[in-house]
Amino acid sequence: MKTDLILAGVGGQGILTIAATLGMAALNNDFYLKQSEVHGMSQRGGEVQAHLRISDKEIASDLIADKTADLIVSVEPMEGLRYLNYLHDEGWLITNSRPYKNIPNYPDVDALIAEIEKVKNHIVLDADAMAKEIKASRSSNIIVLGAASPFINMDYKLIEEGIRTIFSRKGEDVVNINIKALKIGREFTEKKLNA
Amino acid sequence: MQKLLLLGAEAVAQGAIDGGLSGVYAYPGTPSTEITEYIQREKLAQERKVHSQWSSNEKTAMEAALGMSYSGKRAMVCMKHVGLNVAADAFINSAITGVNGGLVITVADDPSMHSSQNEQDSRFYGKFAMVPILEPSNQQEAYEMTYHAFELSEKFGVPVLMRLTTRISHSRSIIKRKEVKNENELSLPGDPRQFVLLPSIAKGRYRGLINKQVAMEMDSEESAFNEYIEGKDKSLGIIACGIAYNYLKENYKDSTIPYPIVKISQYPLPRTKIEKLVNETNEILVLEEGYPFVEEMIKGYLEKEKVKGRLDGTLPRDGELNPDHVAKALGFEIQKAGKNPEILVPRPPAMCVGCGHIDAYIALNEAMAEYGAGRVFADIGCYTLGALEPYNAINSCVDMGASITMAKGAADAGLVPAVAVIGDSTFTHSGMTGLLDAVAENAPITVIISDNFTTGMTGQQDSQALGRIEDICKGIGVDPEHIIVMNPTKKNHDLMVKTIKEELEYQGVSVVIPRRQCIQTVRNKSLAEKLRELNLK
Repeated sequence: MKTDLILAGVGGQGILTIAATLGMAALNNDFYLKQSEVHGMSQRGGEVQAHLRISDKEIASDLIADKTADLIVSVEPMEGLRYLNYLHDEGWLITNSRPYKNIPNYPDVDALIAEIEKVKNHIVLDADAMAKEIKASRSSNIIVLGAASPFINMDYKLIEEGIRTIFSRKGEDVVNINIKALKIGREFTEKKLNA
Repeated sequence: MQKLLLLGAEAVAQGAIDGGLSGVYAYPGTPSTEITEYIQREKLAQERKVHSQWSSNEKTAMEAALGMSYSGKRAMVCMKHVGLNVAADAFINSAITGVNGGLVITVADDPSMHSSQNEQDSRFYGKFAMVPILEPSNQQEAYEMTYHAFELSEKFGVPVLMRLTTRISHSRSIIKRKEVKNENELSLPGDPRQFVLLPSIAKGRYRGLINKQVAMEMDSEESAFNEYIEGKDKSLGIIACGIAYNYLKENYKDSTIPYPIVKISQYPLPRTKIEKLVNETNEILVLEEGYPFVEEMIKGYLEKEKVKGRLDGTLPRDGELNPDHVAKALGFEIQKAGKNPEILVPRPPAMCVGCGHIDAYIALNEAMAEYGAGRVFADIGCYTLGALEPYNAINSCVDMGASITMAKGAADAGLVPAVAVIGDSTFTHSGMTGLLDAVAENAPITVIISDNFTTGMTGQQDSQALGRIEDICKGIGVDPEHIIVMNPTKKNHDLMVKTIKEELEYQGVSVVIPRRQCIQTVRNKSLAEKLRELNLK
């Protein structure tokens, strides 16, 4: 089993936290993992992506090849579309619908959502609104991770453990709110899939 | 043994610590910064008091590390590829002095220029200096190579160059730690003249270095990091260097490749292995990240060998490799990539909302309006983004410190006024000597040192300039009346424009310092404390 996923967003939106959570889950459970990140200049409010590969067998490349990703997980709608060339025909696009407008020529949001809906397999959620509802406005990235979790070949419990490890420094409350965020994201997708 | 999830850069750091490191010296630069940052927070390194404070620039870092090596201890220097240009004098000569304690120079190249002004290949520097080069293909190798590199350095008595590229440095994977080694004891070099490069001594040392080359090649031949992998199909032989080996494996299920391969991760090249590959196969394909370094060597000037790679178009001539490039070079049919929707617009990096550089640029643009465009020489840092919309405020970005010296040269040519824009950390990295040149000739330039108390672009590392800029400028000889500090805010806009205009009129060197804390550092407690001590807040 393996999952190749592209994480997408804008610098500062927390995609490296998603990556670190899955990385920690892999480390704690003897999976192989490769995770290529963007640091440096592009982090200043620019487009950022991470390639994340998890497998029970050894992984060769740090980068995912074109049209081979199983998942694109995006915390921003336009950024999710930016890496569509990596997604294979049966792959899933999981994206937050809340735009991050830090450029003057940001496209029409409805048109972006329409493009996302053209992708055969997709889940769109307003993670920011969902985060606000559970009073966890800084955890929208973890809600998106929760929404992607049913497509990641890894036991949900392991991802929860990953959250515990990553956030433990920040105290029990932060751990719990993020576990809740993960859960409501997952439930959103499960509901969609069962509908 | 303990397992850790580490970036390639962090794997180098852990390998160095576990290999008995006593000091790391570095100036921040993507993609190398995380090595030193990791050592600064690592527990064992803290317990052992491993030196890890930032240096003013890569040259001072290289020289301090050489001093630690002279004293018998194991030292490492880290920098990005263009940093090695700054440290080159010390680096090349360190191959002639040789080492006492093991000395490793870790250089992170940035092919595809994700965060750099060029994509130079540091392996040329290693060959130039005639020292062994290590080039890991994965994070575990990055760890193990650094762990062993100090012994390699001590064995041959020369520094060792560790070459990373962006994708190794900034990719995370799981590594297994080895047993921790002790640090070296303090000891002087056996020969008290070893480090005295007077011509008479240097000549002998250089001959010694030449004589070591055969043994270095033998070591590469036997190195566990270089491998001859048999393959049945002799129509092609593949040389895969560093990370390129991963992209090769990625293209075959279960990584079983039909062709014979030489995997290279230690240089000088293992001649016997390469000869065997060339003799056994009809054609050679060279896969390497960066310049066609190995390809040119194998192909030779007369192109007697049939060699494919970056030079004949089998692979792109520039930019980093990826699995798709390698697939195409191997003759695989590539699935046509899905087309991305046309609605997408680029999202370039930008200065943060609330950044002091922005207010400084808005004021500068207004002050410069009457003189016309094309007079602002800038430097390397977040403020380089002032070149983009909506500011279009700068006309150059070349290398660390070049703003001041280029402005001076332009003023010498008659472009008056000429303006330099440089950050606080870049100023103490390489701007001070240029300012001295300008003062020595009383050049009519205005130097804007945009001070945000940090090395911002690379992730807010300490700046050596903190609390020292005015004194440095005075010491260099700038007239104190023309060293002006201002607070770059919207409220102060008119005052800033007026001040800059006045200084543009002045027929001598003036330094204007817009000073406001980088907003990315507002939660940094240790910086806040320092600012309080210095009365800067």
